[in-house]
Amino acid sequence: MSRKNNVRYLYLLTVFFITLSGFGQMPIFKRYYIADIPGLGWLARFYVTHYVHYICAALLIGFSAYIITGYIMAGRKNSKLTVTGYLRGALIIGLITTGILLVIRNFEGYIFSHNLIIFLDLSHLALVMLFLITSLYCLIFKKKWTTS
Amino acid sequence: MTQNISRRSFIKGGIAACAVAASGIPASASGADKDKQLATLLDIGKCIGCGACVEACSEVNAGKYPEPKKPFPKMYPDRAKPEDWSDKKDVNDRLTPYNWLYIQSADVTVNGETKTITIPRRCMHCANPPCVKLCPWGSAKQLENGISRIDPDLCLGGAKCREVCPWEIPQRQTGIGLYLDILPAFAGNGVMYKCDRCYNRIAEGKLPACIEVCPENVQEIGPRDEIIKKAHALAKETNGYIYGENENGGTNTIYVSPVPFETLNKAIETGKGKPHLKAVSDSMGKANNLVAALAIAPIAGIAAAVGTFYKHSRKENEEKRDEPKE
Repeated sequence: MSRKNNVRYLYLLTVFFITLSGFGQMPIFKRYYIADIPGLGWLARFYVTHYVHYICAALLIGFSAYIITGYIMAGRKNSKLTVTGYLRGALIIGLITTGILLVIRNFEGYIFSHNLIIFLDLSHLALVMLFLITSLYCLIFKKKWTTS
Repeated sequence: MTQNISRRSFIKGGIAACAVAASGIPASASGADKDKQLATLLDIGKCIGCGACVEACSEVNAGKYPEPKKPFPKMYPDRAKPEDWSDKKDVNDRLTPYNWLYIQSADVTVNGETKTITIPRRCMHCANPPCVKLCPWGSAKQLENGISRIDPDLCLGGAKCREVCPWEIPQRQTGIGLYLDILPAFAGNGVMYKCDRCYNRIAEGKLPACIEVCPENVQEIGPRDEIIKKAHALAKETNGYIYGENENGGTNTIYVSPVPFETLNKAIETGKGKPHLKAVSDSMGKANNLVAALAIAPIAGIAAAVGTFYKHSRKENEEKRDEPKE
């Protein structure tokens, strides 16, 4: 398996678990019996989903930094981002930005205004929904991230 | 360290100082200094379990209590059960949406003498409250003076706050709140209620009701660092024990007891709506320790990309060099 494929599968695995653990921040998996499925009991444990979300966030940020740096260093000679590539990239950057602010909020002594917290919570959720819809569209219509 | 004071913050500070001066309560109890969270000190040795604090709490907070609509909407799937306290408003031996403070009692032996210790129990108002930080909607909020409270207009009643609270303090009432206007059958289940340490009274320069009415002056309120000092002095003076200073990373409710809290915890009745007195590790601190990984991640990503790029470049150069020249 090539390095490119390894990175791709790791990225997809990270996106899967970060999304799953992200939805696990809401009290839905126990209510809808999903946490009863063998192997998914952790989805009903809020601190576990919280830790998994942080670990996956670190991986996602690492992948993003790897891909963006590689793209810049290649000088756009070999590949160019497509429109859907730009859109997905912008959504991921939005998710990372709102996520980092929520991580800062979680430290003791960081008391954000109530309206900002609501905005961050809702925009983080809205961005992931948009990202999932865009990704689904790209999967169905075989839209790639880059032109090459 | 330099301090930047904007005109707005100067005016705000001036207004706050005037309000404090006019109110007559100690400046420390008003939360005017935003760098200092307000904490309460409860000298359990003084509590006689008269229940005056419980009554006063109910009286001043009656307007905040839920008035649910009945019948409750049917919820799907069946696992989501309604929690209804509206017909049990008088229950005062545990925490409920209509009783945010109750007296816990423990029969213990002190210096060879059996006695009953009574302990007022309510929200601990953690310095870094998981109920606030982990609420998925921002329905729970922490005020600058350290009070954590749940906004009844935004709460959907998912009860995550109760699950992540080490003492399971917030209590749910079904049939009220925002969820009724969204998808009452499929999401939400009412509103969560708990002590808000009379945030509105504090904003008006008054004391929380439970502190004001206590005939034995069991409680006092002030900046956390001052309260901690007083708690240590009291514990030293009475050979007492402290609870709340380090629990869950530190709370704004500090108990001083003549009996070890392990002993009290074994003697009190615990369960739903009846919080324990066990040692509690820092719930938010564990996840916050993972932040180091978040900080290292972009550096690792950039380093890996640079390494890969140079490896490819070198390989390309070697290939070019090895190509037969015409």
